[in-house]
Amino acid sequence: MYIMAVTAAVFSLLAGVSTGSLSIPFSSIIEILASQWLGMPLSSDVPSDWVPIVMAIRLPRVVLAFLVGASLALAGAAFQGLLKNALADPYTLGVSSGASVGAVLVIFLGWQWPLFGTFTLPIVSILCGMATLAAVLAFTRAVDRRMAVETIILAGIIFGAFFSAFISLMIALTGDELRQIISWLMGSVAMRGWKYSGLLFPFFLIGAVVLIANGRELNAFAFGEAVALHVGVDVARRKIVILTAAAFLTGAAVSVSGTIGFVGLVVPHIVRLLCGPDYRVLLPLSLLYGGAFLVFADLAARTIIEPRELPIGVITSLVGAPLFAVLFFRKTKRKLG
Amino acid sequence: MLQVREVSHRYGTTQVLDRVTFSVEKGELFGIIGPNGSGKTTLLKLISKELPLASGEIAISGRPLSELSTKQWARLAAVLPQTLETAHGYTVKETVALGRYAHQRGLLPAWTAEDEAAVQEALAVVGLAHKMDAPLERLSGGERQRAYLARALAQEPQLLLLDEPTNHMDLSGQVRLLDRLTAAARARGLTVVAVFHEMNVASLYCDRVLVLKDGKTAALGAPADVMTPALLNDVFAAPVVRQAHPAAAKPMFSFVPQHREEKTPLLGGLRPVFLADAVVLASPRPLRVLSSALVGAGFQWATHFVNRQVGLDYDCGDAEEEMRRYLKRHGFSPERTIGMMTAVDVHDAVWLQEERKGCSAAVLVTAGVGNAVDAARAWRHQPAAAKPGTINMIIVVDGTLTEAAFVQAVMTATEAKAKALAERSVCDPETRTLATGTSTDSLAVAATQTGRSFPYAGTATELGRTLGRLVYEATIEALDRYERRRGKR
Repeated sequence: MYIMAVTAAVFSLLAGVSTGSLSIPFSSIIEILASQWLGMPLSSDVPSDWVPIVMAIRLPRVVLAFLVGASLALAGAAFQGLLKNALADPYTLGVSSGASVGAVLVIFLGWQWPLFGTFTLPIVSILCGMATLAAVLAFTRAVDRRMAVETIILAGIIFGAFFSAFISLMIALTGDELRQIISWLMGSVAMRGWKYSGLLFPFFLIGAVVLIANGRELNAFAFGEAVALHVGVDVARRKIVILTAAAFLTGAAVSVSGTIGFVGLVVPHIVRLLCGPDYRVLLPLSLLYGGAFLVFADLAARTIIEPRELPIGVITSLVGAPLFAVLFFRKTKRKLG
Repeated sequence: MLQVREVSHRYGTTQVLDRVTFSVEKGELFGIIGPNGSGKTTLLKLISKELPLASGEIAISGRPLSELSTKQWARLAAVLPQTLETAHGYTVKETVALGRYAHQRGLLPAWTAEDEAAVQEALAVVGLAHKMDAPLERLSGGERQRAYLARALAQEPQLLLLDEPTNHMDLSGQVRLLDRLTAAARARGLTVVAVFHEMNVASLYCDRVLVLKDGKTAALGAPADVMTPALLNDVFAAPVVRQAHPAAAKPMFSFVPQHREEKTPLLGGLRPVFLADAVVLASPRPLRVLSSALVGAGFQWATHFVNRQVGLDYDCGDAEEEMRRYLKRHGFSPERTIGMMTAVDVHDAVWLQEERKGCSAAVLVTAGVGNAVDAARAWRHQPAAAKPGTINMIIVVDGTLTEAAFVQAVMTATEAKAKALAERSVCDPETRTLATGTSTDSLAVAATQTGRSFPYAGTATELGRTLGRLVYEATIEALDRYERRRGKR
């Protein structure tokens, strides 16, 4: 199972770098990486102008796509387990709406902080995302001291709705920036360079490690908070830890790539259909398959109507929904039919 | 082992529990009962740490619960929840394996041989080992409950907490679960604290119970001692009657539904009817009967009384079964009929009635002297196969008899019978002394259970005196008819 997933991930990365207006064979990619990272000499049949194409243009894009896909899928899986809701996705808690508000505000007002330049946007966005998480949790605590999961969901929906309205307001009031705002909202991993991956990576690392370490606890939460408590899980603490880690992943992913839909909802379900619900396995596999999925989606986004690019969110929905439908149909039909 | 002291709890401004105190010994099966809203589930949630304890103390073997982390507590106590919620996609084994969480340490713990052994043993105890890899959702409600029990057992706790474990179950499911539970608890020295909503289950299975009313302790002790009708009527605000369980040494409870009292006096219309080989009494409404009859013995409710004549050579391996078939053939329902057999000609049956205001009774007697026995000296007899009874008596009383009165009516009737035999000098042929009865006499005492209440039926009471006279006179007459018929032959 893991072998298949890792293979898929690696294959997606290679395919992502390989495909484009200029097709670069896999072997060359590996040689280039080896020469850059391991200091091995480059053989003569690899043209040297391929190196910047791979290292500066394609690889950063593919890596970013992989990290974003992995983050969203992990967060989605965690939310589905914790909130005991198959329809939960990373955006349920409203963190993504908060992050989007930050991003859209930066575009709307044309903010540019002196030291960061265009990097201002993801930083503001991630700060807004974290602030939203804090607000949702504080609100929940004020309403319900025990912070029941149902209350958290409702608080998230409230904040999410409020922020979405705010975004719509800005869209309504905007003039020139409309195209930019919309395209940001639809999500993209194009032309970000290594800096965005660099911003995402620490959040990704922390979030992934924390969530994967809480695999057994998520299995317990799948039976409900009461059962988790009876079995010995420190429900109050673990809930907050898991939520925060998942929100980290979501907020950071959204701040660097916009709101790419469907990945966080569908990838965990697909993995669950293929490999079962055990979170100790589901989480790492969602990470790998989520990353691979988004890399392929990005690949399709930039090659289908070449030289133009489709928004990546369109591809994830167009592909994700039917794929899920087919899998669900076959699995459920076999079970019920 | 578990000490609960002065525990109180409030939801907002409502006092749900008020200074409840009790302790549970190791190995005990302790029940908590009470009407809805009495605080039973709240109490259990305080013990399982689902609710925070604000007032009072709960300690296990002296250690207060507040000192224990959730994981430490999970190693000591396991909970069987009330609901049967499932989690999508998990197999039975995965569900049970979750119970090992409290025993695993470290960040990414390995699955040890101990863990596997605990899970396998738990599955074996509940009888789900063969369904280990089945998805939990495919199991029936009862099987799922067993899976959750296995999970609780896999936790290897010392204390098992159950919240209305038989809520959704049919009767057989309830019995099987509780039997498994008690067996597992005894085998492992587990202490069990369970909330029950059903009195009979609590009475049958618990060593001691705590009865709660409005959050306060109403009673604490063994079910036989504390579950009195008076207490239960008060706590549950419903008419509860208590009886002895026929098989277990525990009390049994039921409710009395409201019913209309029949005003028509019964005995006015009651008359024996003669069939070819039986004499039958049919009552328009069921009578409560205490009898030693072949069919319907013990306490029964019956509408028909059938005294059937069989040949002297009647010998049947399973007389009761044959009698039931006979009753069915003739259109009587064996479940509501008192069936007796006699070798005497039933057309010699004597029916005597006394109808007085406040004390009406009647008797139907068939009597013969074959196999007469002196009960005091019967030990001298050679053991012999039982032959059909020769003195069968059916007594009907219009009134409400207590259980004591039923027994005393039997005593009074039997004394009167013995006197009638003595009066007619019937002798025990083997001992050559006066007989007191014959070898397989049968007696049924029936009462309408409406109208005047008779707490006693001994010879000092009006009823006792009436019965004594009726039985004596009817038996004398029946013996005379028997002699006359025998004399003719």
